[in-house]
Amino acid sequence: MAEPSVNIVRLAGVEKYFGAVRALAGVDFAVDAGECVGLVGHNGAGKSTLMHVLAGTLTPDSGQMTVDGVPREGYSALLAQKLGIRCVFQELSLCPNLTVAENARVLHPTIAGWGWRKRAGALIGKKLDEIFPGHGIALDTVVGDLAIGKRQMIEVARAFTITKAPLHLVILDEPTSSLDSHTAGQLLTHVRRVVATGASCVLISHLLGEILDHSDRIVVMRDGAVAAADRASGFDRDKLVTAMGGAAAAKMRSVQERAAPRGSTPVRIRARTQNRSEGIELLAHQGEIVGLAGLSGHGQTELLLSVFRAATRRLPGLEVSDPVALIAGDRQSDGIFPLWSIAENIGIRSIAALRRGPLISSELEDQFAARWQKRVNIRTPDMHNNILSLSGGNQQKALFARALGSEAKIVLMDDPMRGVDISTKLEVYDLIRAEANAGRTFLWYTTEMEELKNCDHVYVFRNSRIVADLRRDELSEERVIQSSFQEAG
Amino acid sequence: MNGTPRGQDSSANVVRIAKSGSQPTLRFLRAALPSLSLALVILGIAWLNPRAMSYLGLNLMLNLGIPTALATIAQMFVITVNDLDLSIGTFVSFVGCVVATWLRDAPFLGVAVLLGGVAVYALMGAVIYLRNVPSIVVTLGMLFVWQGLAILILPKPGGKPPTWLHDLMNFHVPYVPFPIVAAIVIAVLVHVGLMRTSYGAILRGSGGNPNAIGRAGWSLLKTKIVMFALAGVFGVFSGLALIGLTTSADANIGKGYTLLSIAGVILGGGEFVGGRVSPIGAVIGALTLTLAGSLLNFMRISPDWQVGAQGGILIIVLAARAMINQTDRRTR
Repeated sequence: MAEPSVNIVRLAGVEKYFGAVRALAGVDFAVDAGECVGLVGHNGAGKSTLMHVLAGTLTPDSGQMTVDGVPREGYSALLAQKLGIRCVFQELSLCPNLTVAENARVLHPTIAGWGWRKRAGALIGKKLDEIFPGHGIALDTVVGDLAIGKRQMIEVARAFTITKAPLHLVILDEPTSSLDSHTAGQLLTHVRRVVATGASCVLISHLLGEILDHSDRIVVMRDGAVAAADRASGFDRDKLVTAMGGAAAAKMRSVQERAAPRGSTPVRIRARTQNRSEGIELLAHQGEIVGLAGLSGHGQTELLLSVFRAATRRLPGLEVSDPVALIAGDRQSDGIFPLWSIAENIGIRSIAALRRGPLISSELEDQFAARWQKRVNIRTPDMHNNILSLSGGNQQKALFARALGSEAKIVLMDDPMRGVDISTKLEVYDLIRAEANAGRTFLWYTTEMEELKNCDHVYVFRNSRIVADLRRDELSEERVIQSSFQEAG
Repeated sequence: MNGTPRGQDSSANVVRIAKSGSQPTLRFLRAALPSLSLALVILGIAWLNPRAMSYLGLNLMLNLGIPTALATIAQMFVITVNDLDLSIGTFVSFVGCVVATWLRDAPFLGVAVLLGGVAVYALMGAVIYLRNVPSIVVTLGMLFVWQGLAILILPKPGGKPPTWLHDLMNFHVPYVPFPIVAAIVIAVLVHVGLMRTSYGAILRGSGGNPNAIGRAGWSLLKTKIVMFALAGVFGVFSGLALIGLTTSADANIGKGYTLLSIAGVILGGGEFVGGRVSPIGAVIGALTLTLAGSLLNFMRISPDWQVGAQGGILIIVLAARAMINQTDRRTR
């Protein structure tokens, strides 16, 4: 039954905005029947957004979507299920309070009525046996009681189960991230088996070896658009890395050279990551801006938090010499006090200095706020206005003012510039450089390559370990990507 | 047409053995905790006053456990979808006042009002889902609404249940006290409905991981409405049972049920978030709390201290569960 190659899905000029951020910038993407498409790209390239659009859980703002040759208006998660498009999301979508069999039922509305548990159990059990022989999972176990790797196996197996609705396309987002190499191999073999029967897969992974070995075609995304697409045989590791990071290494923005070379100033932070024996030690000296790079969620935030804790408490493997201030990444939930004024929000970290006797002096607080309004240029008519009256960028500036106004000699930044407009960013970069020259130390986790170029030294993280230690003159986009993506697993 | 089966089924029925030995024991202990606490309370009563363990004694002690168990089941439905119903107590009062007045004098009006109460519950679920307001806020508001309505209907204690209801609640089963039969029936019915049916799995799943249920194409609005409506239905049952037993109503009659029902769900092995609940456990929890009152009476503890003592029981059981959970996590 060799049919001519037919598009299972085709996206044309799909755009998606989150507020002012353009997550997808006119993506053209198609999957044919019986092929495995590898999808790669660095942080924020738009892979996950694209996948959510395919799964029907996000509606694109513009562009056309064709499934099974029919243009689809009002595409939804329900329709996606009916049309045989399945998705294994990165953050698992099993219900932890249900059993393995019950979780299989969630995906299959047709399993109902007498004996449904048995049928659901048989369905998922058979698929688990097929993909992961010897998996050792009891089907009546509550999923929440299983280890993360087993849960991932169930989630993957569930995506491949078939009842009434057909199975045309399975999208796997980092399916091997919690699997050991043996089970990962079983899964990838199964993917090839499924593709041979005429169904299709989209495989997203940061393990370039997996992508190169198991895809028919590879699509590289960058900045919300498709940067390159070709047969898998047309790519090798270096080509992929180059495509992800842009054609040629961008010329670095010239930043005035620092007066003192590394090592001439005292060490402020000395930290080793979880696996003591492996990995590189992180060092941060006085007056340095140290960047933490790598794919998101690979232990950078955890390191910042443990440095924060180590400033007040003795922790093994960590030495922190001075007081610390943290600028949170999630401004809304971890940063601002939404009911307070701008002035109160800025002053909270320096309350000790703003006291007269046991009480907070509103006079000192106002002076403090006025000083920092000028320093970081917060655009507001009155610092007593509620913090939420500010735009997102100005709220972030207020959080910088809070940290920089404090006595802290070390400032930790947890990717604080997400969703901030470029002019604010440039202002803040200059501010950080000025503060560093005045002797402050910055530890800056960022997912944006541009921001790393403001750093004196960059550590690249992978799987909670530091895998690369790059001096300023060694830093390039390729080097960072090269280290972030592992060799074949 | 050739119907060749694809591939061969290499492994027919692989025998699966749970890996570590201690975890099943721990989980069994966790599941048995509610029954264990009930057994302890019953043993305490039997030891202090053996005569209480008679047909009549059990009937008297467990009677009021039935409305409590029904209210606890109502609360459990709400807790399953990660919400909390602070209004269940005054709702039971409201239902009680309607039952003792209109349901007897004007059955059609009475039934219509009770159905209206269930509809309001369904509406609460819809509002909580659509407007994304915390359930505590909505149900706290409704607490005062039901209370006010109850006082409007029955300003002074009084009224009378319909005869059929009185007869039903005073039905005598040979050998086994009626409350025990009723508790088993309630527990089994709700267990089958929520834990064994295929839609019950979706309802519980919407408490465990709403995103997953939504992504699979199920309506989360519907699950929320269904669960709140069920809470309303069991709230009505609780009010009916309560008035059938007490034979007259009072605008404050159900007040204690709000906290008692929450305590019952948690005591029965439920969790506040994550959709982990147990109908059988909830009924056992409600009976345990009811019997705890009798036990404390037999111990000659003054009623002033009883609420505190019930709290003490709750803390002990929850501490035991927390310890089991911790050990479980450490051994995993």
